[in-house]
Amino acid sequence: MAAKQKQPKEPMPPLRVWAGPVALGWLVPGGGHFLLKRNGRGALLLASITLMYLCGLMMRGAMFQPQSGDLLTIIINTGGFLGDLASGILYLLTVCLNYNQADVPGLVHDYGTKFLVTAGLLNILAIVDAFELAAGRKN
Amino acid sequence: MPRMTLSHFEASLLFALFTSIVMGVVTKRDDRERLRYGLYVFGCFVVALFGLGWLMHFGHG
Repeated sequence: MAAKQKQPKEPMPPLRVWAGPVALGWLVPGGGHFLLKRNGRGALLLASITLMYLCGLMMRGAMFQPQSGDLLTIIINTGGFLGDLASGILYLLTVCLNYNQADVPGLVHDYGTKFLVTAGLLNILAIVDAFELAAGRKN
Repeated sequence: MPRMTLSHFEASLLFALFTSIVMGVVTKRDDRERLRYGLYVFGCFVVALFGLGWLMHFGHG
């Protein structure tokens, strides 16, 4: 029985190649793609992620804050906080302008909270894509 | 900040729309594949939405 051959790990590209697109991609959704001259894709990412985040805010979604307590509370709140933080400037502006809402019960607020976190998670996907483009692993 | 009030269905469709656009943009290698994958993901979301909706309907009796 032939053992499965492990694919050799691709070497990490130099930091200067991908740091700019990744940092800008975090700060502005789609920013990494704009920096790499993928304007169409950057515009789609910017529009989708920003609109999703704004819908979340208009639904009065809540922002997560890291909390201590039992393991599930820590995982949910810290994960949610990191998801919110991944939206970059959208999150920073929301906090600075005091648009973050208290957590209140209700289906629309709950959807809003999920929209806010998912916008951040989608931005992480966009950042990974910008990294792969900058590193030459993708066309 | 204006308030937005949506039903379960509207919010889920909006969620599916934004998510499938981003997943289409970041996953495939050419525009045609991206469009097809985005539509496929959106379709999967809608099918899951109706499937889970009916499941909950029958689950509640």
